[in-house]
Amino acid sequence: MSTTTVPPHVRLANDIAVQFHHHTPNRAATEIAEHIRSYWEKRMKEALLAHIDAGGAGLDELAVRAAKLLRP
Amino acid sequence: MSLLKEPDYGTPAREGAATVELTIDGMAVTVPPGTSVMRAAAQAGAAVPKLCATDSLEAFGSCRLCVVEIDGARGTPASCTTPVAPGMVVRTQTERVGRLRRGIMELYISDHPLDCLTCSANGDCELQDMAGVTGLREVRYGSGVDAGANHLDAPKDTSNPYFDFDASKCIVCSRCVRACDEVQGTLALTIDGRGFDSTVAAGAGVPFMESDCVSCGACVQACPTATLQEKSVVELGMPTRSVLTTCAYCGVGCSFKAELRGDELVRMVPYKDGGANEGHSCVKGRFAFGYASHPDRVLAPMVRDSIADEWREVSWEDAIGFTARRLREIQAEHGTGSIGAITSSRTTNEEVYVVQKMVRAVFGNNNVDTCARVCHSPTGYGLKQTFGTSAGTQDFKSVANADVILVIGANPTDGHPVFASRMKRRLRQGAKLIVVDPRRIDLVRSPHIEAAHHLQLAPGTNVAVVNAFAHVVVTEELVDREFVADRCEGFAEWTEFIARPEHSPEAVEEITGVPAGELRAAARLYATGGNAAIYYGLGVTEHSQGSTMVMGMANLAMATGNIGRDGVGVNPLRGQNNVQGSCDMGSFPHELPGYRHVADDDVRGIYEHLWGVDLRDEPGLRIPNMFDAAVDGSFRALFVHGEDIAQSDPNTQHVHAALAALDLLVVQDLFVNETAKFAHVLLPGTSFLEKDGTFTNAERRINRVRPVMAPSTGKHEWQIICEISQAMGYPMHYESAAQIMDEIALTTPTFAGVSFAHLDKVGSVQWPCNEAAPDGTPIMHKDGFVRGKGRFVETVYVPTRERSTRKFPLILTTGRILTQYNVGAQTRRTANVAWHPEDLLELHPHDAEVRGIRDGDMVVLSSRVGRTTLRAVLSDRMPVGVCYTTFHHPVTGANVITTENSDWATNCPEYKVTAVQVALTPEQASIHEKPAERPVTATERART
Repeated sequence: MSTTTVPPHVRLANDIAVQFHHHTPNRAATEIAEHIRSYWEKRMKEALLAHIDAGGAGLDELAVRAAKLLRP
Repeated sequence: MSLLKEPDYGTPAREGAATVELTIDGMAVTVPPGTSVMRAAAQAGAAVPKLCATDSLEAFGSCRLCVVEIDGARGTPASCTTPVAPGMVVRTQTERVGRLRRGIMELYISDHPLDCLTCSANGDCELQDMAGVTGLREVRYGSGVDAGANHLDAPKDTSNPYFDFDASKCIVCSRCVRACDEVQGTLALTIDGRGFDSTVAAGAGVPFMESDCVSCGACVQACPTATLQEKSVVELGMPTRSVLTTCAYCGVGCSFKAELRGDELVRMVPYKDGGANEGHSCVKGRFAFGYASHPDRVLAPMVRDSIADEWREVSWEDAIGFTARRLREIQAEHGTGSIGAITSSRTTNEEVYVVQKMVRAVFGNNNVDTCARVCHSPTGYGLKQTFGTSAGTQDFKSVANADVILVIGANPTDGHPVFASRMKRRLRQGAKLIVVDPRRIDLVRSPHIEAAHHLQLAPGTNVAVVNAFAHVVVTEELVDREFVADRCEGFAEWTEFIARPEHSPEAVEEITGVPAGELRAAARLYATGGNAAIYYGLGVTEHSQGSTMVMGMANLAMATGNIGRDGVGVNPLRGQNNVQGSCDMGSFPHELPGYRHVADDDVRGIYEHLWGVDLRDEPGLRIPNMFDAAVDGSFRALFVHGEDIAQSDPNTQHVHAALAALDLLVVQDLFVNETAKFAHVLLPGTSFLEKDGTFTNAERRINRVRPVMAPSTGKHEWQIICEISQAMGYPMHYESAAQIMDEIALTTPTFAGVSFAHLDKVGSVQWPCNEAAPDGTPIMHKDGFVRGKGRFVETVYVPTRERSTRKFPLILTTGRILTQYNVGAQTRRTANVAWHPEDLLELHPHDAEVRGIRDGDMVVLSSRVGRTTLRAVLSDRMPVGVCYTTFHHPVTGANVITTENSDWATNCPEYKVTAVQVALTPEQASIHEKPAERPVTATERART
């Protein structure tokens, strides 16, 4: 029996990002970032940004784009 | 209060203005048209004797005890079946009708056991009352065994665990049969035979327990004698006092009279003036309250240093001191954000409020979440995005004015049975029903009800289906243009999106499995059939696109103008008694009470000023985030208030790993539940019978929960929270639960008009209740949406990542059944186990056959995250490829199977879609492999 090995912040960010694929990249990134800003706890945001800093493996491109908007 | 007996007017009230004037016994009476003479007389204070009439049932006219004289009318008409007429002159007490009534009573009594003094209904028997009222002094036909042919030896049916049926005391008034038909809508009872041989029968002459009876208690409630009587009354005697309170099971929130003898609860009787239930009940609320006094109850605090240690009972002072000290130590070592709490949807608003206050003001973070996370959090998100507030739009009564009822992902007859009875009544009157559900739930076809359309979609394709509904509405020009233009925004963009060919029923048929023609017909019916109302449950929310689906339904309702009036709306059927309230009270990590974001400086300022602390402006951890953070070591202590997350939350292995990783787990509960096995502190909780406060039901109705008895733990739960807060260095003190509600009202605009005094005066109110709506708001968004304009949202269908595979070819969906509730902690400790002693796996016969599984076999159910063993039941109400189970029994642990997948917006778990495999257990397989035993033939016997 196995559970996913994808870190939760990556899985959750991807889950959000895929819902906005129908928008233009800029709008999608804005909406994804707004969602994360509104609902994610600080350490999760930090983990996401750290994951991107480490290469962002497995992360949806729109999530990466959105994460840039989360940086101070 | 003393025993509360509501007045019985004999026949139901009629709606409308009181315009018909008549005279009864010389008194002028004015009532609405259609009112019976019996009811008008009762309202005038001239109650007419009756036996077969009661005001929860339509008039029947069988007992004839209610005959009256009416000037100008022939004979002596029955007042129950005679409607009032202008200028009518009625006399209810004349020598002639008195003589007739005594004659009728003589006949009844001649075939009735004369054991009043020892009868369980002594003092609560309408037959006994009527004998007195009619002045019966002799029975000329003899009585008892001297009366010739009689029914005095008729057998007693004691098969039901909660009530007896004593046919010897039956007067065949049909009230029980009619209650089962009209109130409950199950039609399990009938009158068997004719004339003297007429008897009440449960189904085809089987005992009650073997019949279709659902033990709602409506028949017991309606019975005028001791024929149908609660076993508890038989055993304990008649109650002597009542306390009005609210049921603590599902989100319907039924009002009950808790009836006691001294401090002993004898029975729970549904309250006629209860706004949610209007005198009806289900098997759980009516009968399954025994858990509150179960010997398993934990009544003293317990502490241990390690979960490997034995529990040791300690004083409250020690338990609270230990908890406070450890929480502060952990914060000192691991940071302010290393601790958090989970509020309970089973506790009162006041208890929830103080828990979230403790987290925000004392813990100093926003790490508070609620069990609504795993059920209706997508409702909160979706309805707030589209309508502007996180709540259903209607009151329950609204369904009586619906012409089309669209039930999506809900099974009301099991999950919300008292509301289901309202719905079924409307359906029997002719409203059309559309069911969207992978399973053929009972509503699809039941007595006198048949769904116009059952869209048996593949699990996980809700959004594709609702988009196809909307596509039909838009492309076939069924949009309510005026409503949309006046009330909504974003329509043009949404129309362009939804009209695309990929959303057509034909395009999605392959995905959803729903025939395009059937879906088109259902969409047309919804859009054009009159008032159309959506009712939905966890089959909508517990998906990876739960929030998207809620927004999709909101789009559909707005596009067709089905919002803002009676008979329409988008209505979540909430799972637990106070899911709505726990969300209202600021349990989510991003919201303060009243659904106001923590980043809102003005809102935070209200609480900072009142509480005297600075509050964090960033969201805290959600429950699944807490588990992840516990596993990674940054979250170290959790206070769990009245929830059994180790059993109810998905991916049990992950939950257990998280709980085991905590330095401190504090559990407050009635029992040593599955979560408590990982706890270091166990604080005993109070049952709903001991609580003082309010619950808010699925229709936003705030109901009083009144203490039926003193807390058996010695403290109210809100007091314990206050004491922990104080021990952590924050002064939190309230004199009473009422004072907590006053603070809620002071700080939350939608609750501004709510107080215990107001609730005690008016019974209940539906929020918003404030200066603008002092009597509450039964129907929301009447003249405008809470957010101003209703917002159309593009709802792109994104398939779940959970797919059936060669290894796991079936899809499992989970749910609950009528007699059990949630993790079963309460109902498993009642006689309800008679109906559902174990979790069962429902499987289509085809899926069973290819696996060699027979009905009743033990099977292994496995997914990519875990496996469990349970018994299989073959059922063609499951579609091929889909199986179903419940999660009521910890021994099964159905959430061992469910995964980490969740709703993208809220992280509500995707309980409804798990790829699984089912196989016989090795033991069961070996039984099957043995050659079937056959009788030895005569020839073989001769050879031996």
